[in-house]
Amino acid sequence: MELGGMTIDSVRAAVASGKTTATAIAEEHYGRIAAEDGPDGKGINSFLALSRERAMAQAAKIDAMAAKGDALGPLAGVPVGIKDVLTMKGSPATASSLILKGYMPPYDATAVTRLEAAGAVLLGKLNCDEFAMGSSNENSAYGPVRNPRALDRVPGGSSGGSAAAVAAGFAVASLGSDTGGSIRQPAAFCGVVGVLPTYGRVSRYGLIAFASSLDRVGPFATNVRDAATMLGVLAGQDAKDATSSDRPVGDYVGALEKPVKGLRIGVPAEYFGEGLDAEIRAAIEHTLDGLRSAGCEVKTIALPHTKYAIPVYYVIATAEASANLARFDGVRFGLRAAADKAGAQTLSEMYRETRDQGFGAEVKRRILLGTYVLSAGYYDAYYRKAQQVRTLLTRDFLAAFAEVDAIVAPITPTPPWKLGEKTADPLQMYLEDIYSVAASLAGICAMSVPCGETAAGLPIGVQIMGRHFNEETMLRVGLAIETAQR
Amino acid sequence: MADSAGVSMDEVLRVAELANLDLTADEVPRMQRDLNAILGHIAQLNELDTAGVPAMAQVGEMLGAEIESTGASLRADAERVSLGRAAVMVAAPETDGRFFKVPKVIER
Repeated sequence: MELGGMTIDSVRAAVASGKTTATAIAEEHYGRIAAEDGPDGKGINSFLALSRERAMAQAAKIDAMAAKGDALGPLAGVPVGIKDVLTMKGSPATASSLILKGYMPPYDATAVTRLEAAGAVLLGKLNCDEFAMGSSNENSAYGPVRNPRALDRVPGGSSGGSAAAVAAGFAVASLGSDTGGSIRQPAAFCGVVGVLPTYGRVSRYGLIAFASSLDRVGPFATNVRDAATMLGVLAGQDAKDATSSDRPVGDYVGALEKPVKGLRIGVPAEYFGEGLDAEIRAAIEHTLDGLRSAGCEVKTIALPHTKYAIPVYYVIATAEASANLARFDGVRFGLRAAADKAGAQTLSEMYRETRDQGFGAEVKRRILLGTYVLSAGYYDAYYRKAQQVRTLLTRDFLAAFAEVDAIVAPITPTPPWKLGEKTADPLQMYLEDIYSVAASLAGICAMSVPCGETAAGLPIGVQIMGRHFNEETMLRVGLAIETAQR
Repeated sequence: MADSAGVSMDEVLRVAELANLDLTADEVPRMQRDLNAILGHIAQLNELDTAGVPAMAQVGEMLGAEIESTGASLRADAERVSLGRAAVMVAAPETDGRFFKVPKVIER
């Protein structure tokens, strides 16, 4: 089989039939990673650590099962990469930060356990923005990831490594996390599919926390069907995550058989304003024409509080981050700053020096902002106000979903930009999240599907947003968009 | 919300202290500039009248989930196997195998 052209079903079928082995597929992918993923400034730099021993043991196990004719899981033999904010026993978990350099977590994230139980071969840990804070993957302490579709451009962030690894054919699928767009935006930038499941749909046990009321785990894949298969494996309640939902898990792959004819598609006017790239606008309008041709009813809707999503997000996310990241203090894991030569280091000096040395500039900026908005005298003005506007934003979506079955909109205002182009101005970087953060705040499901290219050949993605816990309809619309591209 | 003067240098240092962050001399003015730019953008929330709008902390409360007060949805309060001490302590920067060791706590 040709690397890069593999899908979950093609790998599983080839392994089950004996046409090839999971071992051979894993070796092929490791070979490609060795050739093209170097952190040398020329490669993609998507993998931070390889879990070769664990991967090859799993591949051998799958091969033995296939040889015996045992029933194979839905991901049997499928090479998968894991974003480095999720724990995987036996591999370091750094969150792309110096403060966790070399940290070996003693347990697997539930998402990791589920993938492996379904037969996935876990290749290693993927680069990302430090603590998932960023929109370009340039905030990694281990160097930026390069976009496989244009090596001088960013892959998006924060799950840039997860998107790039799938786009480059280093893995057939991968896991990312999305707090304000970190799955959907890099999926769009790298030309792959990325799914943000409904808040509570996928367990977060073993996810290094950034903003707990927003953080979600979700898959990347090369196509909608593979993304649906991954979601089916990942979804479901977990006793180890009290925020995971007990709602029944849908048949996501089965739902793809249902035609989209008659579905009502909402198009929010607020997502097509000033600042939207002309080529992206044209690609999305073309996508909407395709949905009309497939029998969908496309109508304009209003999400009137959209412009407030970025300010709300950057208050709530940073406030929660400032609390979550307090645990990195040099006591229980990761870096501890050494005492200076006088050796007279006190506990609070150790905390401050460790955090100064361990955290990068963007993480410090967000901790400071989050601490500020929670501090005495500002809590009501910023944090409580943002929580109230979060209610208004969520009500916008609940009202819209009374009229439509799914919402289609841009996911990024621009195509991927050049490495280094936006790093000097954090506010400008934050404004890139304009189309992604509202779905994060409202807790609805959303996904990004490729829908064309710019004249320069850069990928364009389109966002599909669905009702809470209605991933099935969202995926059906995603498949219809994907099919119309072919 | 943000007063016209914005965040002062002293406030940046005060917030850094609260957050247990040491900032270098050149980081302080940069953080001050960035915080003021971001807070300036956030200030547009003041355009909205939110009187009487409930604060949203979690998604579930917007979906009509009732606050659980009977304990019916809680798991049994039974002992369960946890990670072994050795597996956890091995990741600590300084430990005697039983406890995390830290520098002197009382400062005087």
